[in-house]
Amino acid sequence: MDLFIDIITGLCFFVGSLFIIIGACGLIKLPDVFARIHAAGMIDTGGTAFFLLGMILQTGWSLITVKLILIGVFIFFTSPVTSHVTANLARQKNLMPVGKKIGKLL
Amino acid sequence: MKSLSLFIILLGLWLLMSGHYSFLITSLGVLSCGFCVYVARRAKLIDKEGLPLFFFPRLFNYLIWLFKEIFISNLNTAKVIISGKIEPETFTVKASQSTDVAKVTYANSITLTPGTVTTKIEGSMFEVHALNSDFGNDVRSNVMDKKVKWLEGDQ
Repeated sequence: MDLFIDIITGLCFFVGSLFIIIGACGLIKLPDVFARIHAAGMIDTGGTAFFLLGMILQTGWSLITVKLILIGVFIFFTSPVTSHVTANLARQKNLMPVGKKIGKLL
Repeated sequence: MKSLSLFIILLGLWLLMSGHYSFLITSLGVLSCGFCVYVARRAKLIDKEGLPLFFFPRLFNYLIWLFKEIFISNLNTAKVIISGKIEPETFTVKASQSTDVAKVTYANSITLTPGTVTTKIEGSMFEVHALNSDFGNDVRSNVMDKKVKWLEGDQ
């Protein structure tokens, strides 16, 4: 049973690091600030979620599990706010995103 | 009533975070939670927005659905970054929710799913930036909008 949990944990860490590496590549590769926010958002959600899941599997049921879940909850609430603030500031400085614009923008 | 629920939530959080349950430390925790509620009351933070209790009954269902969406769009974003099929587009959508908290929840849900970001909000119009027309169509189909409207209930 321990071995089984270890394998699942390893898989979670592997998938999480894959998301983080691809997100880091995206941060360099994508064309402008708005597109790069998507890559950063991927690191925020996919990467941290899988890492926390792996750590939760390792701790079992204890107070540390609750603390790990709380870390997840706080990241879950704060990461979209930071993404939105970055994008909104760029728009306020009249940076226009590259690519198609559909309809009248605000 | 609202103050009492805030006190219970704060106390539960404190008990979970602390891990020490001797009499002195627990009483200090209760005192500090009470002080926080007093400060929040004085600052008039306890209202519909500060403590959206009307979300709670349906929150669990919504979160499960949102996690599923986040996972799927994570995979799609990874695919787009690897394959380099990037055609960014910017458009506006209308939010049909009536309360401000629900609008914020909707905007945050759009931003949380990778591939779409809310860049500007005016009234109930959101300006959304999407990495690809697939992500854009997901937002324009208004599925998430209806889900948040359902989460809000009849307000």
